[in-house]
Amino acid sequence: MTAKLSLRGVRKRFDDHDVCKGIDLDVAEGEMVCLIGASGSGKSTLLRCMNLLEPIDDGTIWLDGKDISEPGLDPQPVRRQIGIVFQSYNLFPHMTAVENVMLAPRRVRGLSRDDLRPRVTELFTRFGLGERMEHYPDQLSGGQQQRVAIIRALAMEPQIMLFDEITSALDPELVGEVLDVLRDLRQQGMTMVLATHEMGFARELADKVCFLDAGRILEQGPPEVLFAEPREARTKAFLSRVL
Amino acid sequence: MDKSPVQDRPVEHVASVPTRRELYEAGVRRRSNRIALISTVSVVLALIVLVPLAPGWDAVQRAFFNGKVFVATFPGLLEAFLLNVMIFAWSAPLIAIMGLAIALCRDTRAPALFPLRLFGIAYTDVFRGLPVVLVIYIIGFGIPGLGLPRPWNSPYIWGTLALVLVYSAYVAEVIRSGIDSIHKSQRSAAASLGLNDRDTMRYVVLPQAIRNVVPANMNLFIALQKDVALLSFIGPVEVFRQAGVYKSLYANFTPYVGAALIFLILTIPATRYADYLMNKQNKART
Repeated sequence: MTAKLSLRGVRKRFDDHDVCKGIDLDVAEGEMVCLIGASGSGKSTLLRCMNLLEPIDDGTIWLDGKDISEPGLDPQPVRRQIGIVFQSYNLFPHMTAVENVMLAPRRVRGLSRDDLRPRVTELFTRFGLGERMEHYPDQLSGGQQQRVAIIRALAMEPQIMLFDEITSALDPELVGEVLDVLRDLRQQGMTMVLATHEMGFARELADKVCFLDAGRILEQGPPEVLFAEPREARTKAFLSRVL
Repeated sequence: MDKSPVQDRPVEHVASVPTRRELYEAGVRRRSNRIALISTVSVVLALIVLVPLAPGWDAVQRAFFNGKVFVATFPGLLEAFLLNVMIFAWSAPLIAIMGLAIALCRDTRAPALFPLRLFGIAYTDVFRGLPVVLVIYIIGFGIPGLGLPRPWNSPYIWGTLALVLVYSAYVAEVIRSGIDSIHKSQRSAAASLGLNDRDTMRYVVLPQAIRNVVPANMNLFIALQKDVALLSFIGPVEVFRQAGVYKSLYANFTPYVGAALIFLILTIPATRYADYLMNKQNKART
């Protein structure tokens, strides 16, 4: 089986702190992989490395069999294919929701607003934001902002979507509406990697769950196995804390 | 009849009968106001009584606060002030453009553009470090001294250039601080969407940065309005120079007070407005 996205021996260090200490991971086409683990275990950094927001120090990342981790490689074409959504939404506050979504397709893919309008409107409608397109981010709730951020990433028509704890900054009653978007994407067959604290969600939908501990994937497997009978003592300890 | 829970609460009761806390705070407020009033009145009274007791007061009053001279010269001063406004009006846009260009020079990261970056650094270092009046003298007297033909020896051109050089260095620093104030997660978000550095700056960072530094830049432009008067040293008869002419004509300093008033009429509302913008922004941040 050739994976859509493959990581081998990925290392990343900030100053004198090793954040990723040799990560091996395969993500197959249409698969949903959940990264779980305590804060600081390296989940976010690993995601940022995958779409080259952080250059990796060692190891290799392949996208469709092509080495994208080669130093000096232009990261922009890669980022077009791998979208990321952040915990803090990071919408552009000076633009309306629809302008947030259209900026990158216009500038990077050279499409006009008219070209984009039908597809973008469809995305907003699909995720329950048809009435909110002309609102500015600070006029939207956290859950709405996060859905706009997801639409913004989707508008680039990426092949893989990365989600970095996208429900962690939300009030509990808003988490559901964002998770529904992920369910929708899952049904559409989007390849996804999530860093998440939503264990129930990971158990329900993930094809594979990876437990990260101190910069390593300590244990990985299908959710029914990993959650029910974890092999490692640290995984057990973590799960008993969060479940 | 529907009885909403809100109506059941004694809302009007709370509004009409003040709580203990409200009574206490009202008392504190009254006391503070009383003290402030007494202290202000006594200071003003002291000034009114004591200043005229100074031995030179009569002379000063005649020389600086002469009603007749004021009435005779004020219209002429206002007319001369139009020149200040004009010099300001053509300098300000040039300064804004130049300041932005210098700020962007200092922010370039590409190795090929390193000379630009070096230029930006040197420029701001030099022109922020010099007194405005010195730059006006050196450029205003130096360049026409090359023996340029009319109109290239005009003090308006070289005086304006001096103001633009100095003030664009200040504006550049303010804009750069605005660029630095944009959180790097905004750049991450732009990069993750595949935007290049140029588009990220143009569409994401700069629009937010410029908005953030509007109040700070307003303060600079208020200072500029005052510094236009420095051009009088190299020729143009603007309000300060005109006041000097009147001073000689009437052998009286009142025209200077008139000129000061004109500046204040313009700058006080402008500074208040800048403060208002600044406060609004600080509130929005917290």
